[in-house]
Amino acid sequence: MRDQIRNFILENFILEKPEDLVDDESLLEKGIMDSTGVLELVAFLESTYEIKVEDEELIPENLDSIRNIVNYLERKLALISKPQTAQPSAVSQA
Amino acid sequence: MLLQSVLENSARRAPQKIALVCRGERLSYGEIDRKANQVAAFLRSQGIRRGDRVALFLDNSIEAVISLFGILKADAVFLMLSPQLKAPKLAYILENSGARALVSDTAKLRAVSEVIHAARALEAVIIAGDENKIEPGLHRNVVAWSEMERGSGSQAATGNANIDVDLASIIYTSGSTGDPKGVMLTHLNMISAATSIIAYLENVPEDVVINVLPLSFDYGLYQVLMTFKFGGTLVLEKSFVFPYEIVKRMAEEKVTGFPGVPTIFAILLQMKDLKKYDLRSLRYITNTAAALPVTHIRQIRETFPQARLYSMYGLTECKRVSYLPPEELDRRPDSVGRGMPNEEVWLVDDRGNRLGPGATGELVVRGSNVMKGYWGDPEATDRVLRPGPLPGEKVLRTGDLFRMDEEGFLYFVGRRDDMIKTRGERVSPKEVENALYAAAGVAEAAVLPVPDDLLGSAIKAYIVPKEGASLTDRQLLLHCKKMLEEFAIPKYFEFRDTLPKNASGKIDKLSLKAELQRLDRQN
Repeated sequence: MRDQIRNFILENFILEKPEDLVDDESLLEKGIMDSTGVLELVAFLESTYEIKVEDEELIPENLDSIRNIVNYLERKLALISKPQTAQPSAVSQA
Repeated sequence: MLLQSVLENSARRAPQKIALVCRGERLSYGEIDRKANQVAAFLRSQGIRRGDRVALFLDNSIEAVISLFGILKADAVFLMLSPQLKAPKLAYILENSGARALVSDTAKLRAVSEVIHAARALEAVIIAGDENKIEPGLHRNVVAWSEMERGSGSQAATGNANIDVDLASIIYTSGSTGDPKGVMLTHLNMISAATSIIAYLENVPEDVVINVLPLSFDYGLYQVLMTFKFGGTLVLEKSFVFPYEIVKRMAEEKVTGFPGVPTIFAILLQMKDLKKYDLRSLRYITNTAAALPVTHIRQIRETFPQARLYSMYGLTECKRVSYLPPEELDRRPDSVGRGMPNEEVWLVDDRGNRLGPGATGELVVRGSNVMKGYWGDPEATDRVLRPGPLPGEKVLRTGDLFRMDEEGFLYFVGRRDDMIKTRGERVSPKEVENALYAAAGVAEAAVLPVPDDLLGSAIKAYIVPKEGASLTDRQLLLHCKKMLEEFAIPKYFEFRDTLPKNASGKIDKLSLKAELQRLDRQN
């Protein structure tokens, strides 16, 4: 999963050097992702992992680094696998 | 009246009032004024003198706001540079302006370290952020922001030598030749523009304005200047990258004013459950940089029925030109309105003759908001600043073509030059083409705008590769990323064997444009 996301970012967000992409660094701070980039990332996550990213989940804690994205996806996918107890708000850190 | 008085007056009137909310911090007018005095004292101690240029290269932040006032208080001129600038353009601006000091941030150290040794005029460098990340070899006179704050610099105000016809700021904007041009603005220019805009927005001290636009963009910068002038509160955000955060903050802070550009409103309107948030405090929304599609105007008004929506138009050379009173929006949704208070506008034909209502021509602006010219470029200045009605007076030729109706309302027709407006930014095709020509394997390049719902216009590049060269989108994107700001990087590349040429052998952009228009109609 980490590699899939890493590859998506490398292919779509254009970095000078792949080694600049560090798992726990902010994609926003490093100028790798902008506002249209976030929308592209969300579209990719929704189609690849068959999830629905809620508006309130569009926060840096979920999406602003590779580590955050992986953690978010794991929480999100865990909810889907046991939907009877799931509360979408559990993923939102708002 | 000097520009820093917008802060100083509010600090005197309401020292405890919260002026700035940024990244979880809340600063009062009194605190910002004292910290700005300290920056001024520090700059003076480093030899910064009246009229010296001081560059700011950092994201929207408390330090950016404090510094800009500190620079003014030191009788110096501030340059708010785009935090997205790449090293070549940063180097060009530092050299062109002869900047004598630089304020930046540890997040920008890579670009800064690339250019700093070539910027010979730099006497002092201040770096905000984590001071442990600053390498001592960066510059012979580098100081951490925190170190400066701990230092002995006085927090008391000192007198100013400047008067209101002195320069307050130079704002670098895209030039049609490809190199950026520095728009010289006096204290009077900026106070005049801020006063006129506040008048028509009817701002009051109770207003809370949220700014997600970069302060390097005059539209963003003026949110600070205006809010401080009317004594309101500014919620300063770094960007609109995470729209949910912004909407949440708008509800929490009971924001009353929201300035945006079409791209921002397009993203906002895509949010699925905007109605969940209590945004009833929103009193007004402003749009400029490019026209809003009529469908978006309707959706914005449905979503925020209590908010007044202002369509506006302007350019850095005079800040703002016109606004459409919200009550006119239903009657003329495609108009950018009439000239703002304390300003006169009219249209001229190719020979400079004044045109009457109903005509189409180039827009001319007269007022104390009109710039003094382009820094170090008298020829470019003479092309746009022309003699006005009074002896010695100059008026601004905007380069924008408009139609004016019988009641004096303006309708944008197009540019006289070929500048592209994308994501609310003005991009010179020449600058993008120059960057593309610098890439290995490019024989010819032509850059044109194509319509785009989200961006206003998107940038399309036509490329003819050199013989034997194999080029890909990706190679060119990587190359552009090193040379250009994000918004100036082409979205589309099309590779061709040849490009159409006109009689003088130049690439015939008109024929490419006609081709694009045919395609657009077919879709």
